[in-house]
Amino acid sequence: MTATKTLAPIPFPPLLPVGLVCTVLRPVLDRIVRRIAARHPEIFARVAPYERSDFVIVPQELPFALHLRPDPEAPLLRAVPRNRLPPHEARIEGRFLLLLSLVDGESDGDAAFFSRDLTISGNTEAVVSLRNALDDMDGSVAQEAADLFGPPGRAILAALRRRSGRQ
Amino acid sequence: MTGAEDFSAAGELVCPAGTPAALRTAVEAGADTVYCGLRNATNARNFPGLNFTPEELQASVAFAHARGAKVLLAVNTYPPAGQLALWHEAAAIGMRAGVDAFIVADMGVARHIAETWPRARLHLSVQAAASSPEAIRYYCTHFGVRRVVLPRILTIPEIRAIRREIPCEIETFVFGNHGLMVEGRCSLTNWLTGQSTNLDGVCSPAAEVTFERADDGTMRSCLSGFTIDRFAAGETAGYPTICKGRYAAPHRPEGYYAFEEPVSLNLGRLLPELMAAGVHAFKIEGRQRSKSYVRQVVGAFRRAVDSIRSGHDPDLADLVALTEGQKETQGAFQTKKWR
Ligand code: SF4
Repeated sequence: MTATKTLAPIPFPPLLPVGLVCTVLRPVLDRIVRRIAARHPEIFARVAPYERSDFVIVPQELPFALHLRPDPEAPLLRAVPRNRLPPHEARIEGRFLLLLSLVDGESDGDAAFFSRDLTISGNTEAVVSLRNALDDMDGSVAQEAADLFGPPGRAILAALRRRSGRQ
Repeated sequence: MTGAEDFSAAGELVCPAGTPAALRTAVEAGADTVYCGLRNATNARNFPGLNFTPEELQASVAFAHARGAKVLLAVNTYPPAGQLALWHEAAAIGMRAGVDAFIVADMGVARHIAETWPRARLHLSVQAAASSPEAIRYYCTHFGVRRVVLPRILTIPEIRAIRREIPCEIETFVFGNHGLMVEGRCSLTNWLTGQSTNLDGVCSPAAEVTFERADDGTMRSCLSGFTIDRFAAGETAGYPTICKGRYAAPHRPEGYYAFEEPVSLNLGRLLPELMAAGVHAFKIEGRQRSKSYVRQVVGAFRRAVDSIRSGHDPDLADLVALTEGQKETQGAFQTKKWR
């Protein structure tokens, strides 16, 4: 966790229109959320009271955010421009590499909250339920997502882990 | 269910698990024993999305036993008068799953388990707040309690003196959240939210908590609409519990921590003294924490206990980044003047 204070920024092509990035990411994120949902149906039970709720996850240094709805029937994960967030039940915000290391099972959410690196707002119970659901998974969401895209996916994850000083 | 024998030599590591994945992580990180609870008000971490179903408990006990670790089931809240069924059912689920002991606080729950399953092993929860030899002996005599989890209000010389006068093992907290007040008797959250830590198993229920961030970076934490702290931009934060709130008073109009500061217990450096004082088991707090916390804290204490057992100084990694408020204390274990 202490490493999160010194994370290097993520280079993002500044001229790429954010709407285009969101469109390009759509099939990628859709595949990831469907794979996680198919392989880990048990995690939905922990977040069941909020399965129709909308969460937004905001990486501070990126121009887009993630919109998540943990509905086991129709799981949703999509990128949305930061300035056009949908109505949501809860918002989770932090640096991209911190958020990655949380879903990678490498960082502790409470510690990130204590250090003020992670900000939550909206329905706290929904956030706690989602956190506990994601934490009840062996391995890592990030690793499974990377594996889905073979060697290129794994190479990108390894590069990001290196950037956050974890490899 | 383990019978009457002692669990292990001094220095048993008792580790938290809020989910089956955390339990597996704890066992793999070197836990001797893992404690957990069911998904209801029968334990003191009744948080949304946390804890075990009966099926998960059964599979987790099998996993732990296959690797030589034990599992304790916390049934350590107080049933409201006349509403014992949920607590009786929790005990039956634990017996079916084959847990190695129950952690109990309520005398009615203790008596039910002791009478229904005489070979079941009982540990007295910190929630019972038994801190004198007389109180502890009472539970040993009447309910066959085999281990007491001591409240975090005693110095090491006091623990040593108690050990000489009681017929059971001693477990002490060594790391984690340090909201002690008078354990098992705190009604602060009940006063504000209508839900009780001791009966409902949750202090500061998440549904009653909000965090509000202002444009200047300050953050307000509120419980049931009442502000309990305001953190400046970049200032480390704590759990939104009333005991850790910062309040203005006539003599301190600027606001101050009237009960406790956001701080975590860390007795890493006192482990050898605690072992010498006759403490059997070291408890790590944090069933509400992540696998990452479990892996790091359990791993660090495993290495520390192993070093002590082999005659070396404990090799304890810096765990302060995982502590509440990023501050740690040795609390009353070092001196009664700690607060
Ligand atoms: S307010 Fe503090 S002392 Fe009281 S139950 Fe909650 S955490 Fe414990």
